[in-house]
Amino acid sequence: MTSIITTPRFKDNVHEALVDSRLQRAMHHAQNFVPRRAAAVARLPEFEALRNSARDIKNHTLAHLDLYLEAYEEKVIEAGGHVHYARDAAEARRVFLDLCETRGAKAVTKGKSMISEEIGLNQAMEAAGIEAIETDLGEYIIQLRDEAPSHIIAPAIHVTRDDVEADFRKAHRDLPADRDLSQPEQLLAEARGILRDKFLAADIGVTGANFLIAETGTSVIVTNEGNGDLTQILPKVHVVIASLEKVVPTLDDAAQLLRVLARSATGQDMSVYTTLSTGPSRPEDPDGPEEYHVILLDNGRSAMLGGQFRDMLRCIRCGACMNHCPVYQAVGGHAYGWVYPGPMGAVLTPSLIGVADGGQLPNASTFCGRCESVCPMHIPLPKMMRHWREREFERHLAPATIRYGLGVWSFFAERPALYRIATDVAMRALSLLGRRKGRFASLPFAGGWTQYRDLSAPEGSTFQAQWRAKSGAVK
Amino acid sequence: MSARDEIFASLRRSLRVTGEEAPRRAAVAARLAQTPIGVIPARGQGDAATRIATFTSEALRAAATVTELADADEVPGEIARYLREGNMPATLRMGADPRLAGLPWGATSIEISHGASDGDDANALSVAFSAVAETGTLALRSGPDNPTTLNFLPDNHIVLVFARDVVGDYESVFARLRAEHGAGALPRTLNFITGPSRSADIEQTLLFGAHGPRRLHIVLVGGD
Repeated sequence: MTSIITTPRFKDNVHEALVDSRLQRAMHHAQNFVPRRAAAVARLPEFEALRNSARDIKNHTLAHLDLYLEAYEEKVIEAGGHVHYARDAAEARRVFLDLCETRGAKAVTKGKSMISEEIGLNQAMEAAGIEAIETDLGEYIIQLRDEAPSHIIAPAIHVTRDDVEADFRKAHRDLPADRDLSQPEQLLAEARGILRDKFLAADIGVTGANFLIAETGTSVIVTNEGNGDLTQILPKVHVVIASLEKVVPTLDDAAQLLRVLARSATGQDMSVYTTLSTGPSRPEDPDGPEEYHVILLDNGRSAMLGGQFRDMLRCIRCGACMNHCPVYQAVGGHAYGWVYPGPMGAVLTPSLIGVADGGQLPNASTFCGRCESVCPMHIPLPKMMRHWREREFERHLAPATIRYGLGVWSFFAERPALYRIATDVAMRALSLLGRRKGRFASLPFAGGWTQYRDLSAPEGSTFQAQWRAKSGAVK
Repeated sequence: MSARDEIFASLRRSLRVTGEEAPRRAAVAARLAQTPIGVIPARGQGDAATRIATFTSEALRAAATVTELADADEVPGEIARYLREGNMPATLRMGADPRLAGLPWGATSIEISHGASDGDDANALSVAFSAVAETGTLALRSGPDNPTTLNFLPDNHIVLVFARDVVGDYESVFARLRAEHGAGALPRTLNFITGPSRSADIEQTLLFGAHGPRRLHIVLVGGD
């Protein structure tokens, strides 16, 4: 499990991803998300109304976040649970390892949790001599491969079936070497069998939370496999690790968010298992954990609440933005270099690790706007990427060539008459030069373009000139 | 300053509040007390017969199987048929729910056992607290009547749903829970279950029986 941040070398990551034929083959499957979401949305006439409702609920909650957290905490304690606070990743790891140590835990099963990735929990457990067992099939696969997730809901989307077979043969050495693993069903059955024993033997189960409910002190997880449930009902101790902004006021509010979550994520109307856990098991319960702990992580979020990126705290981690992003589809999630990829990662990563390390990500956008158009929480992702670009520019973090180029452009853009003359001259010159072939195979200052494809020669006049002529004709 | 204090101070700095403002506290208290209902899709609504029809078709879409029976006394026979036709062992584990204890199990050759599962059970039977027409979703509560482990560890999960418990939406389930458990309280575990366990983590190929049950069979009683 790697926690190394490679975000600062984003451009190199992209170059490598684009020529990685195995990755490109695997990423082909990511395109399935798009029609599935569209079909689920088409089946629900109230989807737009629910999006607005979901956005309003989160806005209301964020504006009263301190009070809802207090109410939530009170209810968790009332139900017999414990709430721990962590200012940053290191503190969250320390709180968790303390829980492990005082309970003598040797093996910890884990439901899929992006917060656990964010705080590097697996590495911390490994260093402390505790076995961390990822139980979501995708997470299990990437744990065997010592990789980070490349998608927030489909962590192994970058892995092919052949890769999984090879990984399983390498890891599961106790099983007969000549067993048939040619079908995905056989791979699933093998993982199910191996993980079933781990579930039953674990000392502590860790899950994330899709929502925390203030009304009842409840944590909610949403899964399709059932691994999160086995993680939180079988061990003696259930630990929830969640960030502050996961809290929502009421059960009914959670229902509004649930209606947009699965549809935006996998295109299901409802995920298979939506589970509400409240405190430890009750005296009369024949199963369930004896202890229930929640670790609430800040890690920069309380500060985000007061700034330009507050809207990002509405994010419910459905993955729709990356599923619909042409950049993500081309390069996959690992190129982004840290836990959160795609458009949501391009906004969130600089907030969490700093613009100096994460500042390249907001530039990985064509501003096509598809992410915002499918975001169930109406998060203005392109606008926020633009904010980051401005900050990167202000802080002189952008490369000199870009700063110089933008400087030249802004000089002309601020002087419309000069801009018209300059573009007019340039168009005429290019049109004259390119008149024979109609395109350029190489051009000074445009090597980045012409290295891979020809540039079409302009046909004589600028858009602005044509617009003037056209509107003059209409009038 | 403790982590808790520091986090709350930072939240309040960002929100430019002290936390003592009466209108803010009143807004939060009102929402938690009144639990306003948001947008409810029309799909799950309608009279009892419509809700049952919608529940059934939505559950089938989610890859569950559904049988409708007029009377609860037919349940053991139906389960015996289901296990036999699926070539599954004639065993069944269930909780202490009195609605199950009173059924004529003696008329079948199913070997019955009781209590939570330790992972070695092929088949389990639970009674749903409620069922949601909108998405064909079951709602199950933890407790001695229907232990939560039965919902996840056995290969085949059979769930008994009484027709009068089929509601239109999740919000109606919450209203029923508040009526039984009191405001602001829930059982330890509340499971919403929509179809059998699945995963698409290998090349986006949909496979059933990831970690939970491979099959989900719903027996709907008293629908007419």
